[in-house]
Amino acid sequence: MAEFEIYEKTQSELEIGRLRAKRGMRAQVIMFSMMIFLTMLSFSIVLAYNADIIGFSKFFVIPVILLFAAVQVGLQLYYFMHMNEEGHGIPEMFMFTGALIAFLIVLTFVTIVWWN
Amino acid sequence: MSSVAQKKGFGAWLWDWMTTVDHKKIGILYFLGGAFFFVLGGIEAMMIRIQLLNPESTLISAGLFNQLITMHGTTMIFLAAMPILFGFMNAIMPLQIGARDVAFPFINSLGFWMFMFGGIFLNISWLAGGAPDAGWTSYTSLAITSPGHGVDFYSIGLQLAGAGTLMSGINFLVTIINMRAPGMTYMRMPLFTWTTFIASAMILFAFPPLTVGLFFLTFDRLFGANFFDHTMGGNTIIWEHIFWIFGHPEVYILILPAFGIFSEIFPTFAKKRLFGYTSMVFATVLIGFLGFMVWAHHMFTVGLGSTANAIFAVATMAIAVPTGVKIFNWLLTIWGGSIKVTTPMLYAIAFIPSFVMGGVTGVMQGAAPLDYQLHDSYFIVAHFHYVIVGGVVLGILAATHYWWPKMFGTMLNEKLGKVTFWFFFIGFHMTFLIQHWLGFWGMPRRVFTYMDGQGWNLANYISTVGAFLMAIGVIVLVINAIMTTVKNEPVANDPWGDGRTLEWATQSPPLYYNFPQTPLVRGLDTVWIEKQEGNKSGFTPAVPLQDIHMPHGSIIPFLMSFGLFIAGFGAMYRLETAWGLPLLIFGLLWTFVAMSVRSVKDDLGYYVPKEEILEDMKREGGQK
Repeated sequence: MAEFEIYEKTQSELEIGRLRAKRGMRAQVIMFSMMIFLTMLSFSIVLAYNADIIGFSKFFVIPVILLFAAVQVGLQLYYFMHMNEEGHGIPEMFMFTGALIAFLIVLTFVTIVWWN
Repeated sequence: MSSVAQKKGFGAWLWDWMTTVDHKKIGILYFLGGAFFFVLGGIEAMMIRIQLLNPESTLISAGLFNQLITMHGTTMIFLAAMPILFGFMNAIMPLQIGARDVAFPFINSLGFWMFMFGGIFLNISWLAGGAPDAGWTSYTSLAITSPGHGVDFYSIGLQLAGAGTLMSGINFLVTIINMRAPGMTYMRMPLFTWTTFIASAMILFAFPPLTVGLFFLTFDRLFGANFFDHTMGGNTIIWEHIFWIFGHPEVYILILPAFGIFSEIFPTFAKKRLFGYTSMVFATVLIGFLGFMVWAHHMFTVGLGSTANAIFAVATMAIAVPTGVKIFNWLLTIWGGSIKVTTPMLYAIAFIPSFVMGGVTGVMQGAAPLDYQLHDSYFIVAHFHYVIVGGVVLGILAATHYWWPKMFGTMLNEKLGKVTFWFFFIGFHMTFLIQHWLGFWGMPRRVFTYMDGQGWNLANYISTVGAFLMAIGVIVLVINAIMTTVKNEPVANDPWGDGRTLEWATQSPPLYYNFPQTPLVRGLDTVWIEKQEGNKSGFTPAVPLQDIHMPHGSIIPFLMSFGLFIAGFGAMYRLETAWGLPLLIFGLLWTFVAMSVRSVKDDLGYYVPKEEILEDMKREGGQK
């Protein structure tokens, strides 16, 4: 068997680790409440639309809900799936390349292929 | 495989190959599997050409001819070209980046067995009532009404093989991102590794559409769905879009590794570093990206409208720019070099004019108005054979000669290699050059015969004679390979003498752990740098000698793929037989059980002790 190296952390390393964990936890809680808040907002504007309240037309409601959805996808990826941490550059690049290709293909269909 | 001769029975030998997770052995399996299907596809091609030798020939019926052209295309693309390239990627790429294996050896093995069972599944159709007959593109206006099970063999067989390809692609990506040796930055990676990387990324994005399309087709034909049936609200054009969103990137997945192979061969045999390395990398990435933006140029005559046709025409022509950059870089690599015309170099030199001819006809078809004239004529057949044979197949043959010593430890005979080259090269141009004119003279593609007196007789005759010359070339290559293997004269680490990249610092074939110590990379063409500085071994170790962690072999990938293979038969015969549905369920259960065994069983691998590595090193030292 290969030898295992056991590495003792120094006091300051432990401290900075604790500090980072604390900050990370704070960010997680903030983002979690933010997502719940956005979900509640989406529900309430749909309720407002159903109740025929003036100003809540579908041309307002649909884009806003889509915008909130996009924000939530971002939060999900960057906070809960830890893409904001170091060493995620490559997955980020691949995801954005894939999203770009998919977006361009859909854009092609809706602009020049199906309704030209 | 240890270099010490061991006596093993046939059973143990077979078990070893069935359970192997070693990237070099899987590379050989991919190579041999692909070569088998290459010969099969070649026989189909010969039958097509023999049928077209004379007008109004009755040798082969129209139905059988459709099956032959469909299986020739499908086999050559999915079961021959891609697996052979995967074989080289598997065998060479980890060595080039100084890795011990790919990132997921188990998945590597699974990918191979999925391909193999998919290929066998597809070809069983010949014995089970007729092969697929709707063309390799399987346009659904034909495919969903094709009688018998031919097209089901196509959709399920390709689904299996495609899943294996996707796995291998992801595996290569992870390997290149995570397992490069110290000092091997992205911009020091050999071009073959770069093209493997980009081709794998394209597999990652292009194969999911194929998977979806094939599932739609399977469900339309076997489970009563109506995705492509316009009488039920479906849309048959959707298949064409899905297929080409996959299909166009697919042809670049084939050609990019071939570009990589030539980018290795030119510097080696011109004794110069690759001209314009950075622009080569940039051009590769750009071709990879643009490959996703041009799919509709296969559909100009569908009636997308002038806006779509114009935009796709311009996008298509744009690809000529990065490709041109590559061509000029290769020319300038040879320019003023000290050139050795070995067999691989011969292929590489022949590749440039052949591929440029295919590229130019490609730009011609990219012009939408001209494409209306050329569409579905023999001009198209000539074009894609010029790029695929003149590009990919020449690349494969070049790499076969170039890397044979690294994969098998012996040198292919150079004289026979050159005989193969001249037969193949002359035969190739003879077969396909004349087909451009056949297209101009109005001969449509995919016809099983033609009338006398249209002026097509002589051209078809020449074309068939050319096909025979190609066949002779391939037969000579097979004889060469068998002779070399029987003679079994082992060669040194760098048999070409001018190797530049890390694979030439390992033994031929490499020991099962590749490098005794992980190498340190100090620049592009690292072996060349070391040798210039007087280090004969070609590499500087980055770490002290230590125990090496290796994975265990496993039979589970074979079993998993086998389960899906029999599930495929179940799905196909579900409606007309009583045993279909139970077989489908049984096959899927089999696979799930195999997967669970894999998940539950802890396999932490084993260590190669330092002493064994030292002994291997001493023995190598003793040979010098």
